[in-house]
Amino acid sequence: MDGEVLTEQETALYDRQIRVWGVDTQRRLSKAHILVCGMKGTVAEFCKNIVLAGVSSLTLVDDRVATEEAISANFLIPPDENAYGGKTLAELCCDSLKDFNPMVRVSVEKGDVSSFGGDFFDKYDVVVASCCSLATKKSINEKCRKLSKHIAFYTVDCRDSCGEIFVDLQHHRYSKKKLDENIECQLQYPSIEEAISVPWRALPRKVTKLYFAMRVMERFEEVEKRNPGDVSSADLPGILKLKKELCEANSLNESHVPDKLLERLVMCTREFPPVCAIIGGILGQEVIKAISGKGEPLKNFFFFDAMDGKGIIEDISSPDSGS
Amino acid sequence: MASQQQFSALKGKKVLMVGAGGIGCELLKTLALSGFQDIHIIDMDTIEVSNLNRQFLFRQSHVGQSKAKVAREAVLKFRPHIKITPYHANVKDPDFNVDFFKQFNVVLNGLDNLDARRHVNRLCLAAEVPLVESGTTGFLGQVTVHVKGRTECYECQPKPAPKTYPVCTITSTPSKFVHCIVWAKDLLFAKLFGDKNQENDLNVHSSDVASSSEKAEYVFERRKDEDIDQYGRRIYDHVFGYNIEVALSNEETWKNRTRPKPIYSSDVLPNGLVQQNGNLDKNCATDDLSSVSAMASLGMKNPQDIWSLMENSRIFLEAFKLFFMKREKEIGNLTFDKDDQLAVEFVTAAANIRASSFDIPLKSLFEAKGIAGNIVHAVATTNAIIAGLIVTEAIKVLQSDTKNYRMTYCLEHPTRKMLLMPVEPFEANKSCYVCSETPLKLEINTRRAKLRDFVEKIVKAKLGMYFPLIMHGSALLYEVGDDLDEDMVANYAANLEKVLSELPSPITSGITVTVEDMKQELTCNINIKHREEFDEEKEPDGMLLSGWTRASSVEKDDNKPIGNGGSTSNASVEVEKNDEIRTVPSGKKRKVREVPMAAAQDFSNAADGTRNHNELEVIVDEDDFLMLGQDPGINKKKRLQ
Repeated sequence: MDGEVLTEQETALYDRQIRVWGVDTQRRLSKAHILVCGMKGTVAEFCKNIVLAGVSSLTLVDDRVATEEAISANFLIPPDENAYGGKTLAELCCDSLKDFNPMVRVSVEKGDVSSFGGDFFDKYDVVVASCCSLATKKSINEKCRKLSKHIAFYTVDCRDSCGEIFVDLQHHRYSKKKLDENIECQLQYPSIEEAISVPWRALPRKVTKLYFAMRVMERFEEVEKRNPGDVSSADLPGILKLKKELCEANSLNESHVPDKLLERLVMCTREFPPVCAIIGGILGQEVIKAISGKGEPLKNFFFFDAMDGKGIIEDISSPDSGS
Repeated sequence: MASQQQFSALKGKKVLMVGAGGIGCELLKTLALSGFQDIHIIDMDTIEVSNLNRQFLFRQSHVGQSKAKVAREAVLKFRPHIKITPYHANVKDPDFNVDFFKQFNVVLNGLDNLDARRHVNRLCLAAEVPLVESGTTGFLGQVTVHVKGRTECYECQPKPAPKTYPVCTITSTPSKFVHCIVWAKDLLFAKLFGDKNQENDLNVHSSDVASSSEKAEYVFERRKDEDIDQYGRRIYDHVFGYNIEVALSNEETWKNRTRPKPIYSSDVLPNGLVQQNGNLDKNCATDDLSSVSAMASLGMKNPQDIWSLMENSRIFLEAFKLFFMKREKEIGNLTFDKDDQLAVEFVTAAANIRASSFDIPLKSLFEAKGIAGNIVHAVATTNAIIAGLIVTEAIKVLQSDTKNYRMTYCLEHPTRKMLLMPVEPFEANKSCYVCSETPLKLEINTRRAKLRDFVEKIVKAKLGMYFPLIMHGSALLYEVGDDLDEDMVANYAANLEKVLSELPSPITSGITVTVEDMKQELTCNINIKHREEFDEEKEPDGMLLSGWTRASSVEKDDNKPIGNGGSTSNASVEVEKNDEIRTVPSGKKRKVREVPMAAAQDFSNAADGTRNHNELEVIVDEDDFLMLGQDPGINKKKRLQ
């Protein structure tokens, strides 16, 4: 990487951000390959951020066709259905994203992401999974972990005015500044499967309620074999019942998962655009941090709820595994 | 939250956005997606290449066009049925008066400078329209809500003032690279290429006697039949050689300092080298004056490189020559512009040569440009996050959800596990001269200071008024306006040149002057106190305004002033500090149960260490939020509801 100089064009375009993160990070970004699966509003925000930052390539996967719901918070897709011409969500987003930065290669991969093998993921440095089932997330995560290369894996989802990011950087080395000195650090991350299997009672008392609520929703969709986000108010009794069961099984007081919160997540499954911007922004920053190896990345969950306005990091990992 | 109720709150509501830049682009997009139907947007700027990395509504092909207009077009592509009204104009234009502001339900700021923020704050107060204010620097950002009668106004808390440096540090005893930049930009560049009538401290020496000072005025003029290369070398030798020798002759100055070394062009560059290597032809291919570059003609490409003294000297002479050969018409009218490549090259080289003299580490053009241009560090992600937070606050304002208003800080490092930290807004500061009309106090030499000094240094620079009217009792001493008759204009012009105590209605110790800005609908009473002497270094304005909240940040100068040589003006050289971010309000006494210093440090760093560390009072209850400590003497912390 040494000795390579950014072009004049890159220096001019990236001037303001090089002043934030330095030439070295900019060079690393320009070599990074990113894969995203599931193109809704939050991921659209993330894609915008990462394309502007100047990664080498961005690959989009989402074969769904555009529906009103899917584009409600997505500024990459014009609302005119006649213009879609049978294109998928990924293709429509790709058309817009290409314009954002001519120096970034944006492309589409067709197919069902859950069927892709390890070879497929080996091409990427960062994989972001959204709008897919827990089983799919787990399987992508496992495939990435089996590769010798360290792939940074993220999941991201927004429901109502709440958002969640999960991060798995496996074994991550990074440097951080402390009193003008760079110190080398490392962090060990659990996989998504390991993280969400940590018994609730083993978690610190103050873990955000949103963590539990998101797990209840995820579990409900799993047992009911629903598509991600496919719940409605009619499901509320079932969800509340499931919550009760999960709390009992985990010996967790039910007050940690308020009915009101679950109700919000069930009643309005549409993304809330300001939250997409916030979560997509945080995710963008984290991905840039992971690529640059500079600065302490978040471990391993991030939550935002516009209702209280807090953006919280939670470390959900089992204490005994050293992760 | 993202409910029908919320969407109905937006129906028929009109919002004004001020600024279509980094935050503005993100904000307009998020407003449109969130269901806002009627958005007005003001921005006077046009699009530049360095905007494109984060202002994602703009493309290369839009460079040079109005930000407000292009932003509108871009957003209409994905939300074609909403109404967006762009204004390619300055928000300080008189057209944007209180009546204009009154038509909006909320005003959202995405500005990059303190002056405009203060102006909008005043108009919002006068029009009684809620304001959501924001700012970002790098990974840091904040959003605050200002509603008259419910929260503090934008000016209730002190703001970091532009950083100033004592004149003698700049002219004689630089110790940091920034001092060399200020010298190169505000003194040397201004002297050679700027307005010749401007006061300039470039040739001020401690040991100056009248004769050499007079002579010095001619040194910078090109002599008859003088070859441009000779002229450049003569200037070089004068400012980097002779002037340093003169400074060295004052032994007193260097007792406790490293003596600078004079540098002459012949020592660094053997004769003829410039002509041999300089290749002006590389610049001839284009008629575009903005692309004239000394780096290009010397075949130097990487702005990240730190040039040697020789390279800096060659750039200096080449840039000097190019100004005279390619841009002669502009000479005499130039002011430093960070987007003027040749000017940046000249200033970088000059600052580096001066830094060599004073044994200060040299910097690359890239870094020098950042310092000289006060370039704001900016990334798309922070702007996107901040815009999201602005919209959530705007929705609360439109729903009159007053008890849930929050100011939110976006942090680089988590504090109490938080990267986004909401804080309850403060009550208005009862001694804020903007929203509470508390009188100010001015110490001034009423027998020496002219009305002009008062207008420039206090009314405009400190109070931020653009259309002031100054009264003493019922006597009108000064006003600015388009509809004044000639007699009045002449009368006011004459008053400006008068000493305060000799005005038709004399301003003397103990009286109260009323200053009004008709456009901002702001009135201020100032109690005058006569004072004979002022400390030239600490009070360079020669007057002292108090009861006024803006923090002073004159750089503490550890160098003693040299002699009484003084300067031709007593104004110190000012460097505008980027003001995209406002720091966490500071307090003197705080009850602190827990102190998340990371947050405080984030912000004090952003403000370049000019602020006290701030501490936060943390309410540990889970569903509660954080509150920032404030000086209890001024303002007790109180919940707003």
